[in-house]
Amino acid sequence: MSVGESSTPLGRVRGTGSAHHGGEHWLRERLTSAALLLLGLWFVASLLLLPDLTRGTLAEWLASPSGAVPMILFVIVAFMHSVDGLKTVIDDYVHDEANRLLATGLLYLGGVGAAALALFCLARIAFGAD
Amino acid sequence: MARNPDRPLSPHLSIWRWGPGMTVSILHRVTGGALAVAGLGVLTWWLWAIADGNAGYERFAEAAASPLGIVVLVGLTWAFWQHFLSGIRHLVMDSGAGLELRINKLFSVLTVAGALFLTALTWAIAMGVFA
Repeated sequence: MSVGESSTPLGRVRGTGSAHHGGEHWLRERLTSAALLLLGLWFVASLLLLPDLTRGTLAEWLASPSGAVPMILFVIVAFMHSVDGLKTVIDDYVHDEANRLLATGLLYLGGVGAAALALFCLARIAFGAD
Repeated sequence: MARNPDRPLSPHLSIWRWGPGMTVSILHRVTGGALAVAGLGVLTWWLWAIADGNAGYERFAEAAASPLGIVVLVGLTWAFWQHFLSGIRHLVMDSGAGLELRINKLFSVLTVAGALFLTALTWAIAMGVFA
């Protein structure tokens, strides 16, 4: 066996996927999906259990620790899972290397930017003067 | 990259007999895309509106209660439950289980039926049917 050649099946296929990496991306997509089963249920159940959906009720709920902390987690994990999922779609359908890089860059820019905006809103609700 | 027209394309959607497995598979991708773009878009707008003040929230509430707003929200609710259930299906299949033809078909049909049921249930609760 020459240098750089792997003896295991896993070693031989590593780096040969459409994105030329992937194990950690694949695993993260599944771990965030499992977390979202809980956080998604929490989100839907919370909305249904609130006495009403007026701004005052929502702001009070999201300013309390039991509302703010799961919502911060929901926002972070939902954006991670969404970026991972859309990245998979890009890798599947955008074959040209330059276009794939551009699409991936725009995806990360949009995903991280929107996530930052959503978290800023939550901070403003929790710490805001209003 | 130029394609050599002499070489065959891999068989595309139109060639296969449409079955529950592939329907749920493509639904998983479509609902995932909708949740990522429209779902997180609405969620971010909603959080912005709550943070922004009463006038901003009024605008959001008005848009949400409009006919188009209701269609989007009901659609997102269905996309959530479909992606939720077919996501569980994928986690089960990742473990190597549920790949036999009969059980796979049954599991696929159940995710579609379950998502429609849970969407109806969610909105029934939201509209106070059980209150």
